[in-house]
Amino acid sequence: MSAKPEERLAVAIAKLILDPAAPPARHIAVGAASPIPAAACWLVRKQGHPVRLSLLHRQRGNPFTEGTRELFDLTGQGRIDLFFLGGGQIDGQANLNLVGTGAWPGQGVRFPGSFGSAFMYFMTPRTILFREEHSPRVLVERVDNISAPGVSPPGVFRRGTAQALVTGKCVFRFDAARARFALASLHPGETVESIRAATGFDFDVPAEVPFTRDPTAEELSLLRGPVCDEMLETYPDFCARVFDRKAAA
Amino acid sequence: MAPISVDALAALVPDGALLAMPPDNSLPSCALARALVRKGARGLRLLGVPVSGFATDLLIGAGCVAEVETSAVSLGEAGFAPRFTAALKAGAITVRDATCPAIHTMLQAAQKGVPFMPLRGLIGSDILAHRPDWKVIDSPFAESTDPIVLLPAKQPDFAVFHAAMADEDGNVWVGRRRECALIAHAAKRTLVTVERMVKGSLLEDERLAPGAIGATYVEAVAVAERGAWPVGLLDEYPFDAAHIAEYAKLAKTEEGFRAYCERYVFADRAVAAE
Repeated sequence: MSAKPEERLAVAIAKLILDPAAPPARHIAVGAASPIPAAACWLVRKQGHPVRLSLLHRQRGNPFTEGTRELFDLTGQGRIDLFFLGGGQIDGQANLNLVGTGAWPGQGVRFPGSFGSAFMYFMTPRTILFREEHSPRVLVERVDNISAPGVSPPGVFRRGTAQALVTGKCVFRFDAARARFALASLHPGETVESIRAATGFDFDVPAEVPFTRDPTAEELSLLRGPVCDEMLETYPDFCARVFDRKAAA
Repeated sequence: MAPISVDALAALVPDGALLAMPPDNSLPSCALARALVRKGARGLRLLGVPVSGFATDLLIGAGCVAEVETSAVSLGEAGFAPRFTAALKAGAITVRDATCPAIHTMLQAAQKGVPFMPLRGLIGSDILAHRPDWKVIDSPFAESTDPIVLLPAKQPDFAVFHAAMADEDGNVWVGRRRECALIAHAAKRTLVTVERMVKGSLLEDERLAPGAIGATYVEAVAVAERGAWPVGLLDEYPFDAAHIAEYAKLAKTEEGFRAYCERYVFADRAVAAE
């Protein structure tokens, strides 16, 4: 079986979720426009890992009964271990811009807005940044506006920050102490040079950079079977496109 | 409480009022938004709780809005909100960006009748840098330096939303969409459109009472069948993605937006008057 790029990304994110060096992921929350991170979380669950998934935009079986406030209150208490964020712009210090380019509040290109990022990024022990588009306009040296900062000065309460940044071209790990990304793996067809050309910020490159590994046959059958079953209702277009599966009418 | 018409409900909202509205997945009253457009409302200040969607974009496009405070404005899968974006670029509206839990917290302070509440996060964000009304203090309870943001209470003039049902006492039922209860508890007045009226009291049914909002908070109710449309209503009808996509396409231009309103907002007048 050959894997689709989305399946490779889901497997790469699943590996980050299970990273033994990272704080444990007992309860993961997944936002709306995140089918690939959602697939990664379901893959981890279907592999038998005991993780609680709160899928915020699930209509039927939504995890919350007290409104959207509940997610933020849980996170405030430290009861959400992992969250996913993206950004219209992401910079080399893992600052996120979900507001827009140009002068505040997005006089260039206005993005929808910051959602809960200015809180979640601080209060979750770890965040996996995900943005499929890997280009110099998204991955910039310095974001035009900061929705949520990647690092905070000492004394500012903060449980965690970015663990990694996963794009359509590679995986970067984030070193919070140095506020700097390092290349962790290249998706097939990419080189260190092609990543440099597509990235607006500077990053570290270890002596050996592996390729992001292929999904195994077992991972692919989980993704296309039970993972797709769980995602069909919330992400019908994604399931049709990636897993060739249509929801029953 | 006898229900009134949707247009009579809209008539209760004076120009310049601060309206708290839930987002597209949480029972906005699109019927009331259409009625506000028909009435020619002006200078409204909208609070997205905690984000904004279709109804906000519609009201902005129709020139009803002076100010939006929200954590994001989007049409979901149909993309960015076109009239919001155009009005922001043209400088026709003031946009006050927030982050979701900040909006909840400001409303919770109003709900409790206290002047402010603290919230973690935010420090170092340009959201905070552009909010002179938000203050950073050193926590008086910390042993060492611990900066924390204080948010002022925000009391909307009106909470507006669409509930599944109302009883004759004016209790309304929103199920688990409790952000509607938050805005009703925080606001000075609450106006609700409902899918239907029911006999008896929602508060006397132990299974329904936890999803109800008491009549204490509710000033007026109007029956608007399919009043959440084109967004969905709980498990009763789904989000009309095809219609929202059509709106997103038309509303790219001022002209297209006007054509949309002629067809779907002003054509409603005949129906609403019945």
